[in-house]
Amino acid sequence: MTAPAPFALLAELTHRCPLACPYCSNPLELDRKADELATADWIRVFEQAAALGILQLHLSGGEPAARHDLVELVAAAAQLGLYTNLITSGIGLDKARLSELAQAGLDHVQLSVQDVGAANADRIAGLRGSHQRKRDFAAWVIDAGLPLTVNAVLHRGNIASMSALVDEVIAMGAGRVELAHAQYYGWAARNREALMPDLADALAAREQLPALRERTARDITIDYVPPDHFARYPKPCMNGWGRQSLNVTPRGLVLPCHAAQSIPGLSFWSVREHALDEIWHGSPAFAAFRGTDWMVEPCRSCDRREIDFGGCRCQAMALTGDARNTDPVCVLSPFHDRVEQLTTAPRHDSYVMRGRPPRTPDRTLSPPERDDADDVEAQRPAPAR
Amino acid sequence: MITADSRPKLARGVRLQIDRVRGGFNLLAPEHVLRVNASSAAILELCDGQRSLADIVDVLASRYAVDRGRIEREASALIDDLVTRRLVERP
Ligand code: SF4
Ligand code: SF4
Repeated sequence: MTAPAPFALLAELTHRCPLACPYCSNPLELDRKADELATADWIRVFEQAAALGILQLHLSGGEPAARHDLVELVAAAAQLGLYTNLITSGIGLDKARLSELAQAGLDHVQLSVQDVGAANADRIAGLRGSHQRKRDFAAWVIDAGLPLTVNAVLHRGNIASMSALVDEVIAMGAGRVELAHAQYYGWAARNREALMPDLADALAAREQLPALRERTARDITIDYVPPDHFARYPKPCMNGWGRQSLNVTPRGLVLPCHAAQSIPGLSFWSVREHALDEIWHGSPAFAAFRGTDWMVEPCRSCDRREIDFGGCRCQAMALTGDARNTDPVCVLSPFHDRVEQLTTAPRHDSYVMRGRPPRTPDRTLSPPERDDADDVEAQRPAPAR
Repeated sequence: MITADSRPKLARGVRLQIDRVRGGFNLLAPEHVLRVNASSAAILELCDGQRSLADIVDVLASRYAVDRGRIEREASALIDDLVTRRLVERP
């Protein structure tokens, strides 16, 4: 099956990160610095991406600022005409480097924020002082004349402050906020009971949304990603597997989806060995779930199969053991009771932080002590897309 | 609704760019790509925050042999739509 040209590429420049968010969706096994693609590799990938029809380049991680060549990479991407979006924790980028990025042609900044109050935000990020640093960073972004989106992952630990969070984001000067409910991929799966809101809170958030949008309409655009475990039908997987976008991991593997490595048996091609267009059109991992031929029932004969594409392959894998199955979030899935089990499971409020051994759920949380952003195997979440 | 003396411009972070692979043009925004045809692109190219809608219509009417009223209707509809989507501002 031939695929139309993709629109977006998520470049996971590095897995290194100064934060340790419990909802990080990067894989359990992170790529090491020594395995990361070199500057020239990334620039070649950007060139191939532009030629393939990619329009938007999201520079992500980990914390992309941990790459010393970030300015060079942005300059190369901008020269190719790619719309370049930096997805950052705001930690590790000072004002001077940010203005270099702006001069290099960066188009947009997306900053993650964990909560309204510094105490809880720092608890979630696993780094004391991080929230204030993000406020400062937001001000520098505005000073540099760059458009700012704030991304906040919603979960049990902050869902009650959704409305206040939007006010905080407006005060930071952002024109857009993404409120995205946590999803349970990668590291986040370990923290499901500490992240998943109670049904009542999820419903309350949804009900609050129209009034919140109306109240803030002059100041900000709110993009809301609902919690799919409480929905009737699943989210449309990437708008179709291998249909619009691709991901490149720090070591150069090209994935149809950020979490695709959780599906056993898929073989991913590397940009070290293949050109991007070869991968897009020929890699078995992209072909695996493209279109609808791979579907089993009930998706195969369902009217919604071109709307939601059967939901999420990674979630089908995680909860049913077979990635071809209907996403069990769907009420039509024979495995839907497994999602109900999760949404009704007892919750708790203590996290397993990234980069540290699992702790028993009843221990209280303390921020990790670390100051070397370069060598820490901690991870911030990938963007909600 | 846009008026003849509004001076529309692309919103911050939004770029109009030719698409060398698919043909046509795109409005590129954070997390958003809008495909636009050549006649919309001709209008948007002139939305620089300096020219008023009336100026834009004048330029296009002199460039193409098309009725001024029709250009005006087309341009206002396009700009109003893009203002709603926050891709264009009319300060
Ligand atoms: S059965 Fe499959 S295609 Fe139909 S709504 Fe459920 S997930 Fe979507
Ligand atoms: S398979 Fe799931 S995690 Fe992967 S892109 Fe699709 S929806 Fe997202």
